[in-house]
Amino acid sequence: MRDAVSVPPPIAMLAELTHRCPLSCPYCSNPVELIARQKELDTETWIDVFQQAAQMGVLQVHISGGEPASRRDLVELVKGARAAGLYVNLITSGVGLTDARLLELDEAGLDHIQLSLQGVAAQSADLIGGYKGGFARKMAVADKIAEIGFPLTLNAVMHRQNLDDLPDMIEMAKRLGARRIEVACVQFQGWALKNRGMLQPTREQVDMAKRVVAQARKDNLGTLAFDFVPPDYYADFPKACMGGWGSTGLNVTPDGRVLPCHAAETIPSLRFQTVTEASLSDIWYHGAAFNAFRGTNWMPDLCQSCDRRDIDFGGCRCQAMAVAGDATAADPVCRKSPHRHLVDATLEAETQPAAAETFDYRKFT
Amino acid sequence: MSLDSIPLLPRGVRLHFDKVRGKNVLLAPERSLFLDDVGFAILSELDGKRSIRQIAGHLAALYNAPEEAIANDIDEFVSDLADKQVIGFCDA
Repeated sequence: MRDAVSVPPPIAMLAELTHRCPLSCPYCSNPVELIARQKELDTETWIDVFQQAAQMGVLQVHISGGEPASRRDLVELVKGARAAGLYVNLITSGVGLTDARLLELDEAGLDHIQLSLQGVAAQSADLIGGYKGGFARKMAVADKIAEIGFPLTLNAVMHRQNLDDLPDMIEMAKRLGARRIEVACVQFQGWALKNRGMLQPTREQVDMAKRVVAQARKDNLGTLAFDFVPPDYYADFPKACMGGWGSTGLNVTPDGRVLPCHAAETIPSLRFQTVTEASLSDIWYHGAAFNAFRGTNWMPDLCQSCDRRDIDFGGCRCQAMAVAGDATAADPVCRKSPHRHLVDATLEAETQPAAAETFDYRKFT
Repeated sequence: MSLDSIPLLPRGVRLHFDKVRGKNVLLAPERSLFLDDVGFAILSELDGKRSIRQIAGHLAALYNAPEEAIANDIDEFVSDLADKQVIGFCDA
């Protein structure tokens, strides 16, 4: 465990206002056990959390969900976050954002919108989102966003069912006037892990996606910026998850639990504190869950002695838990991991034709 | 882009003084860029009215430095941020 004084303040906070959402995407990053409306933090508590965050050094808040527009007090919360001094980014499907509400959000000082994209046509997009009419609504919202002039990032969530449409996704981003596009291949946690057999891309798709993004990045330099999150099961080395555990960002759930990353609750040995029982600062610097994987002492010898130790920080703890059954193991994606064969076997099995035929859509239980 | 281009911070990109770290930072979509004194001096001058050449002239006089070297520094800095879609330009 690192000494508290050497822990830097966080830069970003993900505020999951609610788990409610009209869509039911089978790769939703929310946990499999969703939090009900009655347990959500109230307006005053959220605004207090934003103020605490700004005071401890958070610069940007990503207001997310579920669908954050499902909160009736969304405009008030954006206003509160701006007043606290934060840069406010809204992560939304667009469903629930009326023209009037977008104008109110403009007034409230919203800095940026990240709009999710499930597909390039109504039929395929609504099949993924599990919500008929969602695509049409999203397109109308995108037009209003452009009219108001909000800077827009399209978050194209990619997987086996839609990767072949990647060039059209990029064209759509240009047509909608987006400044950035995130080509985000599904990461297998939570609901996505349940649906991995339907979502796992093929190697051919991954190779194509890399080529398409590299070319489009060149062709659109200065007009459309790209962020590419490759599917990490195909990688040789793990991603530097969260830039290192408890080093740059934190996540607050709808009921106020403070997590080092959105999937951290999948690690059964960790206990999480809430904003109603301790200050955000106390949780960040002294909370057991935040200190569990800080620094390098927790690492297996494989990672401690590796020349990539300070590049990928041992990779993703939740993936180590999900695939190897041990949150303190090296990320199984790593070529050097003793568990890499499990990832390879998964790829082999899941990219056969008809590995799975139906989605297990996200739902409240 | 040339020395006659007129750079600006587009909507959604703003300068901010980070009191906790004691640093100037440029806040942009999904990015927080901590700035050194030179970067901050350049970005503070972007007003959507003056060209890179004009800003270089102003900063050269202010810091008593060679104008051409300053223009090149600005050009390089602005071009990098423009590629990242963090700086825009006034339509000519």
